[in-house]
Amino acid sequence: MVQIGTDLLSVAGVDEDTRQVVVEARDVRKSFGSFEVLKGISLDVRHGEVVLVIGPSGSGKTTFLRCINHLEKINGGTIRVNGKLIGYREKNGKLVADKEKEIARQRANIGFVFQRFNLFPHKTALENVMEAPIQVRGLKEDEARAIARSLLARVGLEHKIDSYPAQLSGGQQQRVAIARALAMRPTVMLFDEPTSALDPEMIGEVLAVMKELAHEGMTMVVVSHEMGFGREAADRVVMLDDGVIVEQGPPTELFANPQHERTRAFLSKIL
Amino acid sequence: MLGGLIVIAVVLEACAGQRRATAYQYNWSIFFDSLFGPDPRIINGVILTVSIAIASQVLGIVLGVLGALGRLSRVRPLRWVANTYVWIFRGTPLLVQIMIIYFGLLNTNIFRWDDVSINGFLIPGKVLAGITALALNEGAYMSEIVRAGIMAIDTGQMEAARSLGMTYIQGMRRIVLPQAARVIVPPLGNEFNNMLKTTSLLVVISVQELFVTFQILNGNGPTSFHPFELFLACACWFLLLTTIWGFIQGFIERRLEKGTPGATDRGPSWTTRFFGMRAPAVNR
Repeated sequence: MVQIGTDLLSVAGVDEDTRQVVVEARDVRKSFGSFEVLKGISLDVRHGEVVLVIGPSGSGKTTFLRCINHLEKINGGTIRVNGKLIGYREKNGKLVADKEKEIARQRANIGFVFQRFNLFPHKTALENVMEAPIQVRGLKEDEARAIARSLLARVGLEHKIDSYPAQLSGGQQQRVAIARALAMRPTVMLFDEPTSALDPEMIGEVLAVMKELAHEGMTMVVVSHEMGFGREAADRVVMLDDGVIVEQGPPTELFANPQHERTRAFLSKIL
Repeated sequence: MLGGLIVIAVVLEACAGQRRATAYQYNWSIFFDSLFGPDPRIINGVILTVSIAIASQVLGIVLGVLGALGRLSRVRPLRWVANTYVWIFRGTPLLVQIMIIYFGLLNTNIFRWDDVSINGFLIPGKVLAGITALALNEGAYMSEIVRAGIMAIDTGQMEAARSLGMTYIQGMRRIVLPQAARVIVPPLGNEFNNMLKTTSLLVVISVQELFVTFQILNGNGPTSFHPFELFLACACWFLLLTTIWGFIQGFIERRLEKGTPGATDRGPSWTTRFFGMRAPAVNR
């Protein structure tokens, strides 16, 4: 097993990573019917860490990501975000399903970026970003507008704030979607194949925004086949296959010298 | 349009004249007066028809949204209640529903529809019973329309709303239903068009709306026994109402089209709307 949690601290010779754990998955299991997609996944993501999750299609990457903010209900194990269980409460040593309000409150702190953007088509770019801060955080309209404006400027779309999603290119839509998630000031951002639905010439603009986020210290879990992003921005790459973590490690090591046969086979196809 | 009707009238007269010994005495001034210088009763009838139709439709939409949410709910009792409601009100004739809701409840002393005064405006009990019956019936049909509208929206929309911390209700109200509305409006237009005409079924509880007014005019007074001219005029009144509604519907559809690809400021032209003629689709 390759060492976990390589970052500046371990380079400096400190073995123990003292940064707060933001996402803590323990033996997570998930089945669709009789088909077990996740067969016990344990993973810690620490504050400021950028984790790239790779693996062949059907390996459970997307499912795992969706479990983190409880878009999928898990069948076993636990997931904690910021120390709090997701979707469940502990009651007399047993896990009880949480109330919808409580789940919603936790989701508000977890940004999620979808493969197919899922922007609200009846709202402009600005309104898409303003919606949740107003509805969920209870911000005043002008406060939300100011935040939305600055976030859209940050993703390079200040000239498109009044456009509807249908009037934007795929890359622009995905950047609006990132701004929309950031508007909630999440403690962790989850990206579900954010560039897979994009034309090749638009992938770069989305990755640039994500790299910038990573350099600013955002905690990120990214499911993607963009190995270039992994090399440049990820602290750790996690290889998933058949519902289990096959191996993980810093991108330079894992890409150059994969330990596991399945990782080698996968990387040889994709690199 | 009027010219066309008169041509039809002349043809029909020619046919009738061959078979009947005593020819029908046309009095076209009754027709024209009913349209251009109408009896106040006709105007009242028009107002009542429109008011009943709007009230019933609005209540029907509310019931329809509730019914649709009930049918799509994960809570079994809610689903059961909504399904039963739709099953009963779609499965029985409206005429029978009207009779039960007014006379059925009245004669058994279960419920009596009293006149209600709102801001000094007296609403007869019969009208309330009629609105209730029409709304309940309409709600059942609207449930299906709204349900189809909600199901037409990509599930990713609700997921996106939830991922941002919205609850199911917030997601429905702010994200899904506004988009479903766009899908719902064309069939809703049909429903209201129908509703304007269906109000005439309230004849069975003698609510004096447009159709009943003309029936009364046909029965008594100087205009009695001129059913042809009177009911032609009655038809013209209904046609006028549904035509006006057609324009309003077009306006609403254009408003809701914002954000869709190929949205224009103009929307379908009147030739498209009424005769189904379309310019060839460009870039749609």
